[in-house]
Amino acid sequence: MTATFVGMPAFPTAAKAALADTQLRRNLAHATGTIRTKRAGVVGEVDDWEELRLAGAAIKDRVLRHLPYYLEQLETSLQAAGATVHWARDAAEANAIVVGIAQQHDAREIVKVKSMATAEIGLNEACEAAGIDAWETDLAELIVQLGDDLPSHILVPAVHRNRAEIREIFLREMGTAGRAAPEGLTDEPAELAAAARAHLREKFLRAKVAVSGANFAVAETGTLTVVESEGNGRMCLTLPEVLVSVVGIEKILPTWDDLEVFLQLLPRSSTGERMNPYTSTWSGVTPGDGPQEVHVVLLDNGRTNVLADEVGRQALRCIRCSACLNVCPVYERTGGHAYGSVYPGPIGAILTPMLRGVGHDKQTDSLPYASSLCGACFEVCPVRIDIPEVLVHLRAEVVDAHKAAPGLPSVQDMAMKAASWTLSSSGRIGAAEKVSGLGGRLINKLGGHAAPGGAPMLGALPGPAAAWAGSRDVPVPAEESFRAWWERTDGGRAETGDGPGVNGHGTNGVGDR
Amino acid sequence: MNAREEILGRARQALGDVTVADPATDVPVTRPAPATGPATPAQVDLFAERVADYRAVVERPTVLTAADAVLAAVTGASSGTRRILVPPGFPDALVPVDDRVEIIRDGPTVTTAELDTCDGVLSTAAIGIAETGTIVLDHGEGQGRRAATLVPDLHVCVVRVDQVVAGVPEAVAALDPSRPQTWISGPSATSDIELDRVEGVHGPRTLHVLLVGPA
Repeated sequence: MTATFVGMPAFPTAAKAALADTQLRRNLAHATGTIRTKRAGVVGEVDDWEELRLAGAAIKDRVLRHLPYYLEQLETSLQAAGATVHWARDAAEANAIVVGIAQQHDAREIVKVKSMATAEIGLNEACEAAGIDAWETDLAELIVQLGDDLPSHILVPAVHRNRAEIREIFLREMGTAGRAAPEGLTDEPAELAAAARAHLREKFLRAKVAVSGANFAVAETGTLTVVESEGNGRMCLTLPEVLVSVVGIEKILPTWDDLEVFLQLLPRSSTGERMNPYTSTWSGVTPGDGPQEVHVVLLDNGRTNVLADEVGRQALRCIRCSACLNVCPVYERTGGHAYGSVYPGPIGAILTPMLRGVGHDKQTDSLPYASSLCGACFEVCPVRIDIPEVLVHLRAEVVDAHKAAPGLPSVQDMAMKAASWTLSSSGRIGAAEKVSGLGGRLINKLGGHAAPGGAPMLGALPGPAAAWAGSRDVPVPAEESFRAWWERTDGGRAETGDGPGVNGHGTNGVGDR
Repeated sequence: MNAREEILGRARQALGDVTVADPATDVPVTRPAPATGPATPAQVDLFAERVADYRAVVERPTVLTAADAVLAAVTGASSGTRRILVPPGFPDALVPVDDRVEIIRDGPTVTTAELDTCDGVLSTAAIGIAETGTIVLDHGEGQGRRAATLVPDLHVCVVRVDQVVAGVPEAVAALDPSRPQTWISGPSATSDIELDRVEGVHGPRTLHVLLVGPA
């Protein structure tokens, strides 16, 4: 279990490798297409969906804009319900708290509910370093953990694996971590799920300590909520003696009644169901039922940085539904690993740079550019996070961070300098257009490729433009520039009707977005 | 400075642009008020339809036939004796008396390992939600502790028609947040392998809902 995102290549490099993996692209297209269709169906059933989205966004904004007030209220109500509250500034502090609680109970293993917060802080690795086995119990997380792999989707982390690969992982690894897979295991999903059931049941029944996250934490009542499908969450939340929940400080809802909005928004946006199979809510300790020792770790780990960004603050409304991943044309082709972070897809492209801060590493700085800015993510977001707006804002921050940093100018800077030299003189523009027009005529003769709609596109470009052209379709330049056409036809007065600027290929390329 | 003070301090500093002290006036939230009272007959029909949509078994016995329906649900197609867990407070009149059924009365002395030897469990419910086909347990009388309806592989849940409400807002408004709750929408399920839905990973693989109406 040594897989980690640290040191991943920047998005363009990782994306290129992912694009070459045809199996991955097939899996992703099937998965995202299926969830998209289901989501559209169940969202269409709700008459007041837009009103719900507005309410969801407003409730989260209320929490974020008054976070200290709600954090203190949550702490008080959790303590009144019998829970112990801990505060963690960063990942190391949160991990130390969880490991410390496990050690107090002499627990050599813990069972875990799938949780983005514990993935974000690298809890499994911290437990391993302390000699504690942390077992993922969500089926997809189990597949990822046994395969010594990384999750690639917020909702379905093993979406990049097919059934044959999962069968192989189970046969090879289950025995090393506990109850082995049955002999003669086929790759039928029902059989694979049954193998996971048997493998994990012995762990559920003997575990003393469980760790979870929380989808929502109600400030007024101290109620935590976990939304899931398989029942592994219910197992962890009710069977062990000790429960530790790691909760990001943005997970708060002001009142119990607010849950109504989110229990409608989340399942429909996430799995495309009217309701997920299981939702558990609990407030501290219930005598005679479930864990009798309950801990809550309130986690910052960069969230107050995001809070300080007035444009980017809205990213903290995120309820981790993953709807934005499933509609994103970039995610659908590259998958989650290319993002090199726990949070992939459009939300990851804004949340990760803000949590980590920009200007420190190339990988993080590449994320705000991992988007076509098509806006589909905003359309589906149940809490109306304007992801494109934040992406553009963060691109500016990345550019500023690099401007402030000493060292060589970037390729982009050099390109802009060259452009400004050309554009500053009408003579130079004319000369440049003649050259590109000549190129266009040559390319039309020699080929290239066609964009959807038939417009001719350039292939590879030489020099500094290669990276730019390698990731987008570049329209073939017009065979004749507007300037040259004006000169030749006297502004159209001498137009013959068959000039290259009218019927030639050169004017079609600009509409490609 | 301790972590608590530092996090609260950072949050206060981050929110320098927020000048209105009252959260409610700063960010008003508008949403329709939930309807009150039990569901209409059409909504009760919808509840049954939506529960069945999750591939749960749904039957609608009357008060007079409910006991027979419970017996049929727990014996099902199997031939051997079935060990059935019954939580405290579950109505006596509905507990099967039959050679094929061994009744285990749940209580503080029943261990988790013993729960795991039970084939099925009976329970009542707190609320049914029509729009989403959801059963909510708040683990009061007849509903058992949370693990009781989780570990055995069959869950037979008795819901009264008058417990059905229209939608999620009505349910949230009627429920008590201080009680632990389990919202159940169909049997345990996963779609983690190539997005093929498979019923039953860890929770009960069969959910059998008896929606009991007046005689």
